[in-house]
Amino acid sequence: MKRTNRFITILIFIFLYIPMAVLVVASFNTGKNITHFDGFTLQQYVKLFKDDGLLELLRNSLVVSILASLIATAFGTVAAIGINGLNPKLRKAAMSLTNIPMTNPDIVTGVSLSLLFVFVGSKLLGQRNSLTFWTLLIAHVTFNLPYVILNIMPKLKQMDESLTDAALDLGCTHVQAFFKVTIHEIMPGIISGAIMAFTMSLDDFVISYFVTGLDFVTLPVEIYSYTKKPIQPKIYAMFTLLFLLIFVLMVISNVIQLMGDKKRQVARGK
Amino acid sequence: MKKNNAVLLSTPYLIWMVLFTLIPLGVVVYYALTDPATGVFSLVNLRQLGMYLPVLWTSIVYSLVSALVCLILGYPVAYFIAHCGQTAQKFLYMLVMLPMCMSFLLRTLAWVGLLNDQGIINNLLVAFFDWLRSLGGVFAGIPEDFGRLTLIRTPGAVVLGMVYNYLPYMILPLYTTIVKIDHRLIEAAEDLGCNGVQTFRRVILPLSMPGILSGITMVFVPAVSTFYISQKMGSSNTVLIGDVIERQFKQGNNPNLGAALSIVLMILVFVCTGIMNRFGGDEEGSVMV
Amino acid sequence: MSKELIRLRDLIMEFDGERILDGINLYINDHEFLTLLGPSGCGKTTTLRIIGGFLTPTSGTVIFDGETINDVPPYKRQINTVFQRYALFPHLDVYDNIAFGLRVAKLPKQEIDARVKEMLEIVSLRGYENRHIDSLSGGQQQRVAIARALVNRPKVLLLDEPLGALDLRLRKDMQNELKRIQQALGITFIYVTHDQEEALSMSDTIVVMDKGRIQQIGKPEDIYNEPKNAFVADFIGESNILDGVMLEDYRVKFFDREFQCVDKGFAPNEPVDVVIRPEDVDIVPVREGHLVGKVTAITFKGLNYDIIVEFKGFKWLIQSTDYQAVGSTIGIRLNPEDIHIMHKSEYSGMFGDYSSYSAEYDELTEDAGDEKE
Repeated sequence: MKRTNRFITILIFIFLYIPMAVLVVASFNTGKNITHFDGFTLQQYVKLFKDDGLLELLRNSLVVSILASLIATAFGTVAAIGINGLNPKLRKAAMSLTNIPMTNPDIVTGVSLSLLFVFVGSKLLGQRNSLTFWTLLIAHVTFNLPYVILNIMPKLKQMDESLTDAALDLGCTHVQAFFKVTIHEIMPGIISGAIMAFTMSLDDFVISYFVTGLDFVTLPVEIYSYTKKPIQPKIYAMFTLLFLLIFVLMVISNVIQLMGDKKRQVARGK
Repeated sequence: MKKNNAVLLSTPYLIWMVLFTLIPLGVVVYYALTDPATGVFSLVNLRQLGMYLPVLWTSIVYSLVSALVCLILGYPVAYFIAHCGQTAQKFLYMLVMLPMCMSFLLRTLAWVGLLNDQGIINNLLVAFFDWLRSLGGVFAGIPEDFGRLTLIRTPGAVVLGMVYNYLPYMILPLYTTIVKIDHRLIEAAEDLGCNGVQTFRRVILPLSMPGILSGITMVFVPAVSTFYISQKMGSSNTVLIGDVIERQFKQGNNPNLGAALSIVLMILVFVCTGIMNRFGGDEEGSVMV
Repeated sequence: MSKELIRLRDLIMEFDGERILDGINLYINDHEFLTLLGPSGCGKTTTLRIIGGFLTPTSGTVIFDGETINDVPPYKRQINTVFQRYALFPHLDVYDNIAFGLRVAKLPKQEIDARVKEMLEIVSLRGYENRHIDSLSGGQQQRVAIARALVNRPKVLLLDEPLGALDLRLRKDMQNELKRIQQALGITFIYVTHDQEEALSMSDTIVVMDKGRIQQIGKPEDIYNEPKNAFVADFIGESNILDGVMLEDYRVKFFDREFQCVDKGFAPNEPVDVVIRPEDVDIVPVREGHLVGKVTAITFKGLNYDIIVEFKGFKWLIQSTDYQAVGSTIGIRLNPEDIHIMHKSEYSGMFGDYSSYSAEYDELTEDAGDEKE
């Protein structure tokens, strides 16, 4: 049983990683065709860093995802604490509202926001071009918020409520109690929520595709537009670098977590 | 916490969510009920929906098949990860997460490169048969260019694209459910006379049901609404509802019809998640990745 | 004479239309050790949380040192709390937990250090300053929680089932320790528990609560010896409670027999509840007995035997150091001071019958203490 599972697992991981391997290999290819490896070169990496257009797209993507995830994290943390304190009926209503963007297909979220922005922009404000950086940012914050809240809510529920009471009892105001006690307890939730929001934002194509205007294009939207023309191998180089970056970040965060666990275990003397 | 504080803290968020999730859905309904040419109230868009029923049906079939394949492939993986040591679990979990963080467009394009008629897999196959022929003997009869398969632009390619992209969404909830199963329950089942298969069928499987249901939902929803996968890996026979909607907005310029189709898609998804929640009843687990 | 420090006047508390407190009137003196005692859901924790400022009563007033403090938030009250399960901050070590309140109050560093050290001394945790909370035993965590509250020099310390999570031996030690600290520091303690033994051994005053109402207030001896109704009689210690009729002062009739007693002030022929403590009953030969019954069960309890005796279909619990064989017939004698008379109440007929006696009754009542209010 275990052996079969291990075998399947290995196959599945190969399945998951083969396309990425193809992209990484393609980034070192002298030829332009992804299907044919002509020879090894680092030229694509040099070209990538000389291509201002591509770098600007990357910058755009990072600006939107960093801003949106930061705003959503701060906003969502406050909201999660509020929701947690509501009475059960209101809390349930708030959570169903939170779940709408999670259960709605991305395409519906994108279409509905785009229609809203166009409707408000052109019909109410008389703008000619109502899809801008700001509409993109609003959309990203909106779909990031549920990830933040759903990561923080379990931590709030796990937290011993009397910890907050204890802080108040020892002289903290509500705001002090939050910064001195509550935030430490829910920090893992805040961090994982922020990371999840950031990666979702960075990789989002569908929603961005519908709500972004021509003046502010993110990387995934641009890649989609390559349907007609062949992909430049520089993009594979960028993919490889991003892959390495995310891989290293993930390994680091894992190692930090593991060390934290070990420390705690040592402290417990187990 | 005092009630007033809770209301004070949550109200801005609730207003934001109403503004940017509920009201947009209202705008979609408004567009769906408006004549594209004149802008007055009309049912013309809804009348056209009947035409798209076959497309909707195709979408449902493809995504259900994909969800089932994901379940069959994902369960052993999740089970294996859940029974590894702590460190290995963390590492493997990360390896499942990692593809989700990478550009899904490029990863799909890589599959196109793999499956193309002149793609990597076909090139390898042809090279293999070329090599066989070069050995001579019985193999000398192999014709030129033998072994090339039609992989891309088939229904199978679309399912493969969906499975590939959404498999992590199946593995992660399955893993979180399976890892929580108390090992003593399995021992108890064995103690009460279950063999391996019986233990799995009577104890492990029912206990992993919440994970199975949320995994199916999490694969089905993005799969049924995708347009990129079918555009890149499918043919004119595998047009999905997402394609149609995308075209109405980005090419066909009939956002009103697109809005009507979006409503259909939304209703479909809400019905499906509703059914899943009814069976699972575990709302918390169903949404967490 | 100590002066009044806290007064609760007509406290009513409702959650979602459910009445948790139903008119609590109580005063608490300075330097007093007062215990709120009752089963889970009786409203004792709610009362404590109102005094602490974590809840605002639906109606009624909380007066502290002559001033109404209904709307004063917890952080402005000279009251500190030792929480159920301690509520120690897991991200801080022992020292930082204890120094928390002093730091919030922005005291000078030297003073904080001096007071924390002094507190560690008092709770016998010197040398534990930098220990992580997770690495402490339950008893040690308990001491940190007490130190963290007391270091702020509150006028009143609220303790919400502080010993509930400890095992029996540790609980006994901590009871003595708490009493010692209270006497040494001269602070008012308001203590919430469901454990009657704990209440009896530690308190100056016990407030017995049930269903959101105060059933009796008094010194431990008075509560035990003169319970006001069947609920108190049953909740504090073991009691046989019988229907009787008060014929006149000092004369009560039950089981068709007249007995001398020490109670008076009832209406002639008033139906009453008669309480007989199991340890007050004397077992005598059948000829000498006031009543004659049959032993139906006997359990060895260490200090004594718990004997269940059936009198005319009604089963009593009798505690005795002498063994009695099951099935044997015995006589009992009741002295006037062994018989305690109570007015009939809503609790009459609900308690004090050992017909469904089982040897596990002790454990059962202890488990019932997990309070969720």
